[in-house]
Amino acid sequence: MNNKRQAYLAAPYGLWIIVCTIIPLLFILGYAVTNDAGKLTFDNLLAIADPVNLKCLMLSFKTSIITTVICLLLSYPVALILNSANIKNKSFVVFLFILPMWMNFMLRILAWQIILSNNGLLNSLLSALHIPTQHILYTEKAVILGMVYDFLPYMLLPIYNALSRINNDVIEAAKDLGANNLQVFTRVILPLTKSGVISGIIMVFVPALSSFVVSNVLGGGKVMLIGNVIEQEFTLARDWNTGSGLSIILMIFVLLAMGITQKQDNAGEGGTLI
Amino acid sequence: MELIKLENVSKSYDGTLVLDELDLTVNENEFVTLLGPSGCGKTTTLRIIGGFESPDSGRVFFSGNDITTISPNHRHINTVFQKYALFPHMTVAENIAFGLKLKKKSQNYINDKISYALKLVNMDGYENRDTTSLSGGQQQRIAIARAIVNEPKVLLLDEPLGALDLKLRQSMQYELMRLKSELGITFIYVTHDQEEALTMSDKIVVMNQGYIQQIGSPEDIYNEPENAFVADFIGESNILEGIMLEDKLVSILGVKVPCVDVGFGNHKPVDVVIRPEDVELKEPGKGFMDGTITGCVFKGVHYEYDVMCGDYEWLVHTTEYFEVGKKVSLNVIPFNIQIMNKPESEDEEAMKEDE
Repeated sequence: MNNKRQAYLAAPYGLWIIVCTIIPLLFILGYAVTNDAGKLTFDNLLAIADPVNLKCLMLSFKTSIITTVICLLLSYPVALILNSANIKNKSFVVFLFILPMWMNFMLRILAWQIILSNNGLLNSLLSALHIPTQHILYTEKAVILGMVYDFLPYMLLPIYNALSRINNDVIEAAKDLGANNLQVFTRVILPLTKSGVISGIIMVFVPALSSFVVSNVLGGGKVMLIGNVIEQEFTLARDWNTGSGLSIILMIFVLLAMGITQKQDNAGEGGTLI
Repeated sequence: MELIKLENVSKSYDGTLVLDELDLTVNENEFVTLLGPSGCGKTTTLRIIGGFESPDSGRVFFSGNDITTISPNHRHINTVFQKYALFPHMTVAENIAFGLKLKKKSQNYINDKISYALKLVNMDGYENRDTTSLSGGQQQRIAIARAIVNEPKVLLLDEPLGALDLKLRQSMQYELMRLKSELGITFIYVTHDQEEALTMSDKIVVMNQGYIQQIGSPEDIYNEPENAFVADFIGESNILEGIMLEDKLVSILGVKVPCVDVGFGNHKPVDVVIRPEDVELKEPGKGFMDGTITGCVFKGVHYEYDVMCGDYEWLVHTTEYFEVGKKVSLNVIPFNIQIMNKPESEDEEAMKEDE
């Protein structure tokens, strides 16, 4: 870092960030604090206090928290098994988990729409097994399912990485000092994977909070998240000012959530990806 | 008092036999070193005692109780690992307190133990330091402190000084000996460094290819190696093929040399071991064999010579200076000639394969 010439190498990225992130953000900020006549106002920011919008924000929090918790509960045991199991080609198994990410995001969500529809794969299977069919599509359950499916690898990978970095010596040392398997987990493995868990939480929670595509396709307009509200302000209502105002509020919540989570990671092992 | 006993312990990995029906007894308050080249089974033996590996067959006893199937957290044994294995998410004090907290000791007791242990390893004042900020030698001291606060009956040490530089390794050797005498507990120490073994041990167990080659005091092992492997592994040696002509007379390189060994039979092929410092260099014709000096290296305390006699090159240590190319005669007093049976059985054969 002492070499000043190295700073020039970062110039393209700096330019990219200025053009594609900072300038658009300033535009959004500009729209957010003005009305369509161009006058300064805080109405757009306060639009979040509207009961309808507030309800959507709360629903967003609810679905993303549930999604994050399910992802965590699914990923941690899988990562543990992957890490400890006697699998010859671990990287191949990890690759299998990432494989869905190679397919287009929209395609995967549309596939779920077909699977979950009233005459879809799931219900055909259930009726074949003489189990009552389920109306999951266009409910919160479907949205959460879609998000979990989508974001699972982002939780699994950082946890798996953190686990695989733990030296087996340390686990043996804990047993040697009298720890049983549960104590080894709670006192050594869990603290040592904290940074991975925090990365995973941020990488699942943040996109889930602002997501609108999953709720569009699997919620069918019946599940309105704050992302959907913002999208509709821009596309249907053509009210860029209110849309920007709500975006800024959502961004503040996202940054707040990241700040709180990352503060837990005082170990600072560089495990965080954001 | 017998503390640990291994009985007929065998272990193999992926079809490769690592330990073959090993028997070993460790007494209370002994400093026992398992010594051998890598792959000889010494670490596996230690891990079986610690409970990290279970033997394929055979039993492990602790104070007379069978502990073969007891998990490591229920054994009164603690281990100092080769790479320290400190918990990176804990401070020095938290590392040392780990075992005591699991045993639900009071905070006062734990604090006393931490400061006692840190004093013992000359690290007082480091309680709140991050373990990752410590040097290798300091980390190893903390690892030792973390193990001994649990007052184990036995401390297992798996090449604990292997990652340290020479100077630090030597001073740590003396510290370990001091610790051993202050704590009065049994040390089982694994190393491939023969000097380390000779310095610290009460008893050395020389191992090769899963077999015990010799058990004895450092003096026994060095002065009376039982076979060519031990002689070769411990220190430097001239190992020659010889024929035992009769009691107290052996033929080396076609020359009859008097020795002190008896009971090998007549005209029996044997291995003859002569330490380089036991060979004297004399004027030509004054010893039992003449040769030419082909190499000379100054080693500080002594010179190291290569002396060519026929087609065998002797290694000789002496403080006298001779020029390269000079004709000399070799002499060895009978007491310093070690006669050993040639390997016959399979497990004795293991001694030579590793050379």
